[in-house]
Amino acid sequence: MDTFVAPALSYSLLSPILIVLGGAVLAVLVEAFVSRLIRPVAQLSITLGTLVLSLAQVFRIRHASSLTAAMGSVAIDGPAILLQGSILVIAILGVFLIADQEHFTGLAAAIPGSSEEREAVKSGEKVTEVYPLTLFAVAGMLLFPIANDLITLFVALEVLSLPLYLMAGLSRHRRLLSQEAALKYFLLGAFSSAFFLFGAAFLYGYSGSVSLAGIHDAIESSPGNIVLLLIGMSFLSVGLLFKVSAVPFHAWTPDVYQGAPTPVTAFMAAATKVAGFGAMLRIFYTAFENSYWDWRPLLTVIAIITMLFGAIVAIAQRDIKRMLAYSSIAHAGFLITGILALNKSGLDATIFYLFAYGIATIGAFGIVTLVRDSSGEVTDLNRWAGLGKRSPFIATVFATLLLAFAGIPLTSGFIGKFTIFSAAFESGNKAVVVVGVLSSAIAAYFYIRVIVLMFFSDPVEDGTSVVIPSFLTRVTVIASFAVTIFLGVFPTPLLNFISSTATFLR
Amino acid sequence: MTSNLLVYLIALPLFGSAILMLAGRRSDKWGHLFATALSASSFGVGLYLFSQMLSRSGGNRAVTQNLFSWISVGTFQVNAGLMLDQLSICFVLLITGVGTLIHIYSIAYMSHDLDRRRFFSYLNFFIAAMLLLVLGDSYLNLYVGWEGVGLASYLLIGFWNQKPTYATAAKKAFVANRVGDLGLSLAIMISFATLGTVSFAGVKAHAGQASTASLTAIGIMLLVAATGKSAQFPLQAWLGDAMAGPTPVSALIHAATMVTAGVYLIVRSNFIFDAAPTAQLLVAIIGAITLLFGAVIGMAKDDIKKALAASTMSQIGYMILGAGLGPVGYAFAIMHLLTHGFFKAGMFLGAGSVMHGMDDEVNMRRYGGLRKFMPITFATFGLGYLAIIGVPPFAGFYSKDKIIEVAFNMGGIKGVTLGGAAMLGAAITAFYMTRVVVMTFAGNKRWDEKAHPHESPAMMWIPMVLLAVGSVASGFIFTHGNSLVNWLAPVVAPNPEHHSEMLKPAVVSIMALVAVLIGIGIAIMKYLRKDVPVVAPENVSIFTKIARRDLLQDDFNEAVFMRPGQKLTQGLVVADKALIDGAVRGVARMTVGTGSTLRNTQTGFVRSYAMWILLGAIGLIAAIWVVTL
Repeated sequence: MDTFVAPALSYSLLSPILIVLGGAVLAVLVEAFVSRLIRPVAQLSITLGTLVLSLAQVFRIRHASSLTAAMGSVAIDGPAILLQGSILVIAILGVFLIADQEHFTGLAAAIPGSSEEREAVKSGEKVTEVYPLTLFAVAGMLLFPIANDLITLFVALEVLSLPLYLMAGLSRHRRLLSQEAALKYFLLGAFSSAFFLFGAAFLYGYSGSVSLAGIHDAIESSPGNIVLLLIGMSFLSVGLLFKVSAVPFHAWTPDVYQGAPTPVTAFMAAATKVAGFGAMLRIFYTAFENSYWDWRPLLTVIAIITMLFGAIVAIAQRDIKRMLAYSSIAHAGFLITGILALNKSGLDATIFYLFAYGIATIGAFGIVTLVRDSSGEVTDLNRWAGLGKRSPFIATVFATLLLAFAGIPLTSGFIGKFTIFSAAFESGNKAVVVVGVLSSAIAAYFYIRVIVLMFFSDPVEDGTSVVIPSFLTRVTVIASFAVTIFLGVFPTPLLNFISSTATFLR
Repeated sequence: MTSNLLVYLIALPLFGSAILMLAGRRSDKWGHLFATALSASSFGVGLYLFSQMLSRSGGNRAVTQNLFSWISVGTFQVNAGLMLDQLSICFVLLITGVGTLIHIYSIAYMSHDLDRRRFFSYLNFFIAAMLLLVLGDSYLNLYVGWEGVGLASYLLIGFWNQKPTYATAAKKAFVANRVGDLGLSLAIMISFATLGTVSFAGVKAHAGQASTASLTAIGIMLLVAATGKSAQFPLQAWLGDAMAGPTPVSALIHAATMVTAGVYLIVRSNFIFDAAPTAQLLVAIIGAITLLFGAVIGMAKDDIKKALAASTMSQIGYMILGAGLGPVGYAFAIMHLLTHGFFKAGMFLGAGSVMHGMDDEVNMRRYGGLRKFMPITFATFGLGYLAIIGVPPFAGFYSKDKIIEVAFNMGGIKGVTLGGAAMLGAAITAFYMTRVVVMTFAGNKRWDEKAHPHESPAMMWIPMVLLAVGSVASGFIFTHGNSLVNWLAPVVAPNPEHHSEMLKPAVVSIMALVAVLIGIGIAIMKYLRKDVPVVAPENVSIFTKIARRDLLQDDFNEAVFMRPGQKLTQGLVVADKALIDGAVRGVARMTVGTGSTLRNTQTGFVRSYAMWILLGAIGLIAAIWVVTL
């Protein structure tokens, strides 16, 4: 009988995740035992403190590399550090937006329109369970891109997803839409998780191992039945592609982005993308590296239809949040081209793109939270007309972020697109690059249409206005604007840092 | 040699222009004085540099200043550099010296204009751009100044743009100049393509290695540029209309400096033209044609400024002719340019002074007998007149006779034709200038009782007097001991061999004087002995009619370029709407339509979303299956 071996945990290498989880548990306790009055302040401080501490810890271990932390179930290497850092920065900016409690319902459990809900609104209760939920989701996101076996990967997927399902249902306004979004997200998420798990089982059947290294070795020596590998790979991809909203697994995205409270949308859109693509990078660059010729056509098709679908359908949108949702679908397509590249520059470019896109997305949704009338946010695009005349500063920042999404030079978006497309081109995926550039051109249309609407249309007099942003929201918007411009003008320091750091350990 | 002072020549007036534009109405009170002071200080810097230059020996007089690396793309390297040599110092002193006098004159001339400050900011801008043009050490730097003076000229011709005709005149000048500018940019491109460099020093060093054909191409393109900026045939039509600008502008930009930029360009590019005889001959021919063309128009004009403009065109024709005669002609072209700068600017200021006293009347048929009312104007204008027609010992005598002499000495049919044209031009010049003087200052008064002709204030006549001094003395100074020829020798490298003299200088001078006397005689017979009708007679010969219509230059442009151009544009607009826009709109409509259709997949039902996921998963497996089969 085997003796029980106590797992050797490298606590310092795992500390970013452990800190966030610890903070989350603390936040749950605060939720249970601390007086309502000081809860918002306490929760906000705990959340921000936890995230900053975790980011500091990530910075401290930035040169570490280990495959043995937590018995080989996680890999600490360059990409892991970079992705965790990006997620934490985005999460901090996201929490700044979440801190504006105006967007959240007082009592999430109440049935919309019921007397309990009315009472909760009247008593002015502030929801604070969103903070521990955010921390749990962040913990899952931190684990997702560093997970080095399929089981850890699945656990991370669930840890990051479950809180997000709940958070999507917390909107104060349009409660029904919000709850519907939460339920849809949950059902479809569960459905795709099943595919993921099924795929993991097939892969285990093929290789006899759940670790990415084991799968890699199995493919190299190709002992098993190739059918198992192919089915496993496809099903695993379904779960991952669902998370990053690639077509045809995207259908939840517009509904959830629209229904969720906008700060949650901002956090989810930016951070989930980093985590999801982080995990995809690791899986496709390490485990599936040698079956490139099997999955390349698959992802090529997905990338092409995702880019085109996102760009084309976005044109037909009349709601700013839905438009940004389709834009995020199109960007998922651009990011898949980075995975398709399967070379060092593709890895670097994807990490840069994720950071730049995440920061710009947080800022863009942050601005959406500011455009309101008496009954909450105004997301109807027609009512954004003439915003540039009434709030030139906010409109200019928003226009800059849209230009970044469109990939116009002097913004981070241009550098991201340029590096990712050139990496894909270099690796011989020319068709994808051509479609990518075409989709960018189509996408530019709807981004610039919003700019035209804001600056060259007469304002509508219907009470739409930009509220004075809170201090934290202002920090998010300005930081996002500054980073977008800075990375557009001086991308070299960050690109060099990424390229010198990002190497997968196998 | 390098000098850090060169940049101040340009920076001072540029600074003035910027301050006046940025300060706006706040600087209305002092703006004109500020601009004049900056122009004068630029002249001071120029004088200082000139004195330093004099203290050095021939080969070491040129100074350079490298400002910054402007363009660095592969093998295309251009520095923003300045170069002051014996040629450019002539221009620097002319531009800043005459420029400052005209600034002073304008203080009084424009004193009733509400926009005087704007006028001075443009003037300062012009000075800066013109200095950059003559100081740039490469064709590309020159090009910046070249465009800058074009802009200044456009802004100043249309200074009173509330009058649509003036605005149109500005546009006309701008368009004609664009044609020439295209020539310059092509010359720069050919030069880079064949020689790999655009700096004067580089082109000069490499010109020997290039084929004659490419040098000829560069030369012809430079000539096109010169015809645009210097109002030479066939791009001359804008200069007459450019007189819409305030008179000081006509004096400074459209007589003394900017319009001579073409001459500068050709003399500066002497190393190209000396190696491309065809292009050089073409330069001489264009000059000869224009000098006659302008002179003929000058005979028929009743508007004093337009008569002077035609005369400017004709005199620049002499300069271009001189520049086209090769090494022996360059120095005389520049000499004529400088003397012309004095006497023509002086006469324009005189014309301005007359207009100032006559309620802005420009029709010479409504003048007459003004010498009694405006003695100073008459005296200064008269000295300029003696200079331009080439009466010894006034300035024009030295410079123009030299060009005629060199033209004759080219020998053969070429010499006889060019020299003959120049000689004929001298006679016509004498005729039309005498006509101007007689109609304006002599004879009976023909003006309305309401007009009260009076002498202009000192602020106006002092610059006129100073320019008149230049008209009298400059010719003698430049030729005394061959001073200007020797001065310019390091730049234009005159032919060391003594050229054959077909005609002795004295013979040419006598012939020219006779021609001039004939011209004067005819003019006196026609305009002094007989009364000048107030309304221009209608029953005149067809030649007079054509000359009054500027030798049909506008009719030609309109029929050959403008109308077909408009038709072409209209056709292109139709094609653009139907084909290009149609295609673009079609694609856009298709894309939007596709978007709206695909949007329908978003039903809002979880069941259909789940179905998409399932279909997607099946599709993935099917795809991967197909690939591995």
